Amino acid sequence: MTTRRQLLGTGAALLAAPGIARAQETPGVTATEIRIGNTMPYSGPASAYGSIGRSHQAFFRMINDQGGIAGRKINFITYDDGYSPPKTVEQVRRLVEQDKVALLFNTLGTPTNSAIVRYVNQRKVPHLFVSTGADKWGNYQDTPWTIGWQPSYRTEAQIYAKHMLATRPDARLGLLYQNDDFGKDYVAGVRDVLGPRFDSVVKAVSHEVTDPTIDSQVVTLQGSGADVLLTATTPKFAAQTIRKVFDVGWRSAIHYLTNVSISVGTVMDPAGPEKGVGIITSAYLKDPTDAGWNADPGMNEWRAFMQKYIPDGDMKDGSYPFAYGVAQTMLQVLKQCDMDLSRERMMKEVANIRDFVPATLIPGIKVATSPTNFHPIRQMQLQKWTGTTWERFGGVLEGTSI
Amino acid sequence: MNGLAHQIVAGIATGGIYAAVALAIVMIYQATHHVNFAQGEMATLSTFIAWSMINAGMPYWVAFFATVAVSFAIGVAIERLLMRPVQNAPELTHVGVFIGLLLIIGNATGWIFGYTTKSFPSPFHSDKPLAGGLISAHELGSTVVTLAVLLLVWAFFRFTRLGLAMRAAAYNPRSARLVGIRVGWMLALGWGLAAAIGAVAGMMVAPIVFLDPTMMLGILLYAFAGALLGGIDNPMGAVIGGFVVGVLENLAGAYVVGTELKLTVALAIIIGVLVVRPSGLFGRVVYSRV
Repeated sequence: MTTRRQLLGTGAALLAAPGIARAQETPGVTATEIRIGNTMPYSGPASAYGSIGRSHQAFFRMINDQGGIAGRKINFITYDDGYSPPKTVEQVRRLVEQDKVALLFNTLGTPTNSAIVRYVNQRKVPHLFVSTGADKWGNYQDTPWTIGWQPSYRTEAQIYAKHMLATRPDARLGLLYQNDDFGKDYVAGVRDVLGPRFDSVVKAVSHEVTDPTIDSQVVTLQGSGADVLLTATTPKFAAQTIRKVFDVGWRSAIHYLTNVSISVGTVMDPAGPEKGVGIITSAYLKDPTDAGWNADPGMNEWRAFMQKYIPDGDMKDGSYPFAYGVAQTMLQVLKQCDMDLSRERMMKEVANIRDFVPATLIPGIKVATSPTNFHPIRQMQLQKWTGTTWERFGGVLEGTSI
Repeated sequence: MNGLAHQIVAGIATGGIYAAVALAIVMIYQATHHVNFAQGEMATLSTFIAWSMINAGMPYWVAFFATVAVSFAIGVAIERLLMRPVQNAPELTHVGVFIGLLLIIGNATGWIFGYTTKSFPSPFHSDKPLAGGLISAHELGSTVVTLAVLLLVWAFFRFTRLGLAMRAAAYNPRSARLVGIRVGWMLALGWGLAAAIGAVAGMMVAPIVFLDPTMMLGILLYAFAGALLGGIDNPMGAVIGGFVVGVLENLAGAYVVGTELKLTVALAIIIGVLVVRPSGLFGRVVYSRV
């Protein structure tokens, strides 16, 4: 039990000896352990993503069983933030100031990470491989301690726009986007590719998350004469869009759909699986339900991990292969640090990943960073909805460099 | 011109949703002279109850009427257990209880049923697209259901002694009590009926917007605008108001203010009506002597 007097005493001691604060070693790195901090929505509306946090706990347990890294065991501390930004701030301060973690890893959510990005950059705490697709985590100039991992929404939009120009050069694009950071990244990505032609080629219409339906927007886009549609919205609205596009008889369009909203259970089935046939989206991870990976060595490695460390985990949940891939990347960075676990060295190695291939990425897709590239994954493969499943086609495509 | 017609038809279809929810809001206002902020959440919970029954293998219409009955009971229970102890408390206390209800019911729904989007079946089907695919069989069917509920509500208040007693209890509780009306039970009945109408609205809305715990959040605001526009004490007005808001919202979004300000249109309607004509288009102006 810590008494107030003890606290006062410690405080006084710290004040008396300022030298302690700038000791040589990194906070959270001792002779025997590396402390890694994380926040996850284990409760609340986004709690489905909690499986990512559970996977990380299991992954680091596996690493410790294998002897740890750099002679140390990993102490993975993960807290629930309920996907609520104020809670994230509270938990991250607790991780940094009380638990004294060496780094933050894979904190989940765009609004939640937005709430802490200033704080961690001021404190110069590595904020690594955040679990969100927003493009802004690649901004190495303003937030040099923060980096994303998955292909950003903007990269994804660039890939769709490039594919559209290749298959239908004189296309007219209707763009339906959710009016927030997520949706606007798609507008930016399409603009990257089309440049000055954007205004003559694209009709962009937004919707708010509070809108009950997007019927009016679909009618507007159809009326604009667009023959290609890009839908950049969250699952409920994506399902509504697929159904409405079908119901108004808008069949000529190529329909690109953000890979945020391709869940069979929450989008394709509610919309009516037959209504979405031909929809194109993209992927960078091996889908655990895709029979094509049954004999894949990478996926076998992942399945062995699941069997041993998360035996009750849902093998169809795409969050697990995602978590496995990003945790492997984290491990790769710690390996590259080569015993020097200072925060500066960690960031140097974060910006020095050369074509690393996690087990769960689609073959041909690599993790690569440099001091001027904080977008670790920039490649994806397209896939098409057949009425029952997503079928990959074509080679691996890359976003444009901006 | 074709686009304009399409926007209007799509607006009427969406307006049908607002009309159904607006009707539930008017119902509770008629009975208690309060606007229940938790109306949307209660309707969503009812819809989830129906969803569970249908998933358990019950035929649609059995589940439909069972849900209406269960919702009625929940409404009565809420009045008896939660509203009754604070019935003489100031307005602000009621608002507090309503907001508390909204949070409790909303989060409980998410906790029990999860936050993922679910599809909800529709009893109305059509083989060929109606009006060029702009209106679905379900949207047409649910509009008919809304109008049928409207007719029932109107007839109930207009022709039955119970309806008259409920109106009396809401307008003048003291006099009503003196002529032998059991005011407390009339209020409970009002809550029950409002919850039942909300359940119908929820079950009609869910096939269109898909079912999740936040389904009613956006809808409720538009429904408020519709109810106010038509007159908060007039069921017919509320339904017309709901349709008008649906069409206005689409036209303004597509041609005037842009999609970013669609929600603002609803808020502007609310404020405009309150400033210019607080009783709404069809509402009765009530004078009270002070």
